[in-house]
Amino acid sequence: MNLSAIDPILLLASLMVAATPIMLAAIGELVVERAGVLNLGVEGMMITGAVTGFVAATTTGSPWLGFVSAACGGALLSLVFGVLTQFLLSNQVATGLALTLFGLGLSALMGQGYIGIKAPAFPDWHVPLLGDIPVIGPIVFQHDPMVYVGLLIVLGVWAFLKFTQAGLVLRAVGENHDAAHALGYHVRRVRILAILFGGACAGLGGAYLSLVRVPQWTEGMTAGAGWIALAIVVFASWKPERLVLGAYLFGGVTVLQLNLQAAGVAVPVEILSMSPYLATIAVLVIMSAGRAPGSLGRIFHAAR
Amino acid sequence: MIFTRRAVAAILASTLATGAAAQDDGPTRVGFIYVGPVGDGGWTYEHDQGRLAVEEEFGDAVETVYVESVPEGADAQRAIEQMALQGADLIFTTSFGFMDPTVAAAEKFPDVKFEHATGYKTADNLSIYSARFYEGRAVQGHIAGQITESNIVGYIASFPIPEVIRGINAAYLHAQEVNPDVEFKIIWAYTWFDPAKEADAATTLIEQGADVILQHTDSTAPQAAAEAAGNVYTFGQASDMSEYAPMPRVSSIIDNWAPYYIERTQAVIDGTWETSDRWDGIDTGMVGIGEITDAIPAEVKASAEDLRDRIGAGEYHPFTGPINRQDGSVWLEEGETADDETLLSMDFYVEGLTGTIPE
Amino acid sequence: MIALEKRPQPSTIWVYLAPLLAVVLTMIVGGILFAALGKNPISVISAIFYEPLFGEFAFYYRPQLLVKAAPLILIAIGLSFGFRAGVWNIGAEGQYIVGAITGAAVGLALYPAETRLIFPLMVVAGALGGWAWGMIPGLLKVKFGANEILVSLMLVYVAEQLVAAMALGPLRSPEGRGFPGSRNLSQWASSANPELMAGTGVHWGVVAALIAVIFAYITLSRHIFGFQVRLTGQSPRAARFAGVNPGRMVLACMGISGALAGLAGLFEVTGPSGQITIDFNVGYGFTAIIVAFLGRLHPVGILLAGGLMALTYIGGEIAQSNLGLPGAAVQLLQGMLLFFLLAVDVMTNYRLRVGTREVA
Repeated sequence: MNLSAIDPILLLASLMVAATPIMLAAIGELVVERAGVLNLGVEGMMITGAVTGFVAATTTGSPWLGFVSAACGGALLSLVFGVLTQFLLSNQVATGLALTLFGLGLSALMGQGYIGIKAPAFPDWHVPLLGDIPVIGPIVFQHDPMVYVGLLIVLGVWAFLKFTQAGLVLRAVGENHDAAHALGYHVRRVRILAILFGGACAGLGGAYLSLVRVPQWTEGMTAGAGWIALAIVVFASWKPERLVLGAYLFGGVTVLQLNLQAAGVAVPVEILSMSPYLATIAVLVIMSAGRAPGSLGRIFHAAR
Repeated sequence: MIFTRRAVAAILASTLATGAAAQDDGPTRVGFIYVGPVGDGGWTYEHDQGRLAVEEEFGDAVETVYVESVPEGADAQRAIEQMALQGADLIFTTSFGFMDPTVAAAEKFPDVKFEHATGYKTADNLSIYSARFYEGRAVQGHIAGQITESNIVGYIASFPIPEVIRGINAAYLHAQEVNPDVEFKIIWAYTWFDPAKEADAATTLIEQGADVILQHTDSTAPQAAAEAAGNVYTFGQASDMSEYAPMPRVSSIIDNWAPYYIERTQAVIDGTWETSDRWDGIDTGMVGIGEITDAIPAEVKASAEDLRDRIGAGEYHPFTGPINRQDGSVWLEEGETADDETLLSMDFYVEGLTGTIPE
Repeated sequence: MIALEKRPQPSTIWVYLAPLLAVVLTMIVGGILFAALGKNPISVISAIFYEPLFGEFAFYYRPQLLVKAAPLILIAIGLSFGFRAGVWNIGAEGQYIVGAITGAAVGLALYPAETRLIFPLMVVAGALGGWAWGMIPGLLKVKFGANEILVSLMLVYVAEQLVAAMALGPLRSPEGRGFPGSRNLSQWASSANPELMAGTGVHWGVVAALIAVIFAYITLSRHIFGFQVRLTGQSPRAARFAGVNPGRMVLACMGISGALAGLAGLFEVTGPSGQITIDFNVGYGFTAIIVAFLGRLHPVGILLAGGLMALTYIGGEIAQSNLGLPGAAVQLLQGMLLFFLLAVDVMTNYRLRVGTREVA
């Protein structure tokens, strides 16, 4: 055993990268759930984003276009969920699960001609000045741009929910859709927009895997990341600021576990892998403030 | 259970007779059961390449069919049996977890030939086959020991099973032979295929000083991580992964099932198929050593190719004594070579490796 | 402007028409997809929907349909109680796993004893294991108000890690040459869950599923508990006035669904699957949620929906191996079928009104 082999600076730096895809997917789902909708199709939207992003990026040679397409692909798929649950009033749990099934199949078909191809390079971005700060620089300011895009989205969502009128409406719709409706808010429109945003973010998270982390297209490559994103939203008790913490915890447990193993510590891998989920349950139990949005998962139909 | 199975076999056999008769004039049907999608770029992908090679070799004389992403267990048995029902003459089941379902199907369909990869149960109409990947690991270790400057070699292992442990031991022994100071850092990923996790594992190993990464998982994510880090060497696994050559990928182990699949299909066509237990290596090409690139010193490349050729020619066995177990006890005496039985159930590290095999 | 208006009573016609319409729509859109993939749409669709039932080898596929449908139906029946009462257990997959583990562990602890008592003991242990795993979110909901959807979902991942640990550790077969996975329980007479009548596919899990359907039907239509479940779902307030204890309702629903999921896992591990392996679970717990909804939470509906899902699985395999259809296309088709079912189902509870504006 040789714990000194673990460099804490590098550990924290790789943690930021490991957390990015799940953070992106989770922040989208957070907005969806704050609007009172439970979309369990995150995995399906992520993998659809992964494949559309990869296809677009390899075709055009531009990773940025890849990310844009991934967001569109994820949003487009989420629109299916939106139409079914908001206009055809289908059950959200069942529709979400169907969306995952559909997305996994769709992505595999779309990606058939793209196996074994390399993605265009997406270099790290050494932030000027900040990147040169000792310790902090390598941890925080020497990553690829999507790491910062992810954090900016979280920051944006936080500000949106806290300070804007539209954010207030979204929260109102999520807490009590009947009351929001009575106040004249467009419950359905708000929710469709939230669902689209969630799909776009999940798409970005998936594309981060296929364009930066792996970077290649392989069937089923999200390997459950979408479900982890759902857990993170709960862990964060639907608060964007805690979501960052949650993403780092979930990403961190994997990274830490691997680091301990490499350093020769005999770690009980299964127990460590369970721990973030158990922590999420603990959070659900302990934080009384961690109450779910009041209308979460319920069907809204404007009775007259 | 047994008697009901017999009864079913009787029913099936009666209908089979008609099925078999109907397709005597048609092409030989060869079926494949895959555990993953053909698009995994690794294990299943290479088996499917073997299937395509069979199609190419025999043209219209052979028709191939496959089912992908078959879960191990009940679904596997059904997938195998339905393939047999639909008139397959030869069925390859390409995952260890298909062992019991294949055995059960073989019992029900005595006229169909079965071939199970990486298992250990045979029957009159059931053969087994696997590859001596450890021979390729020896070549990798030989290269790794010489090109590492930090003397730290990272190893991404999948599950703690004999095949993987064998690979670690083979690689370590040959790395140590050329570089007594070499140290192996091993991460058990508990997956055969999870690109994100493999990327994390590779990054972790690199951060802890490894400048050569060996992997027993199937995605190219570690290759990409090494490329991003720069100055880190890797080896392709399952597939050649040549898109990462000449650097970071400096060589590879390729699962090349095509020759075997062609040979066995030919045997069925000729009516000479017999139960066999094949464990082939570099000699028959089942274990392919991908091109060793010029990114490594010429003398290392030359000696690695020599080692490869000696193993292939049967002049050298990668597990030749003296070799001690990790606890210092003697496993193989001077000049003694390991028997297959011990290799197949290997559950110990050789001397010099640190850490313990997880339980 | 087209608007939806809630029907006072679910439409009887649409209850039967909706699934048919969905299947037809799926066939049409799926057919276009298959044509785009270069396959003959008619032969693909007949391979999926016709072959398993009436094709040349139907004698083989029909029993397999039962084997595939049984766990789905068993789990979905359990879930339907909770879903009716507004208790959302979506962690049946975890309860299925834990039921299989506890059942198998009890059996393996007694290996290699030869007695008829072992299998019943394992059945009890499996049901208890699933029940206990389901009670965790139940109790946390009642005591701490923790959301059961999320807790039960989290516990699925915990159970998945647990089964991997078991397959590699305590339950690993000593004769397995170091490979992960337990002994084959279906090959040990004391623990085997065999085919009860040759060639029918009927094993104890199928029997249990049918009993569950009948039991659920009687409970929902005749028993006071069924009444309370329905009342809680329709109006929690009214239920409280009627003396229904909401906490007890949550525990009852989680317990029933957990126990049935555990049973499904036990029957699977002793029968068709045979072994505890690293990836023992294949998603029955999640698919059962879909089955429960497709069956409109009605026992008979669930029976039919389970059969339909099984049909797409088995027919999908036939289409793969006979026609070279990619596995992904089958997944896509299943997703599509569910979408259409969920979409047309709106007609059961709502009717279209044309011409008036809606405020929303």
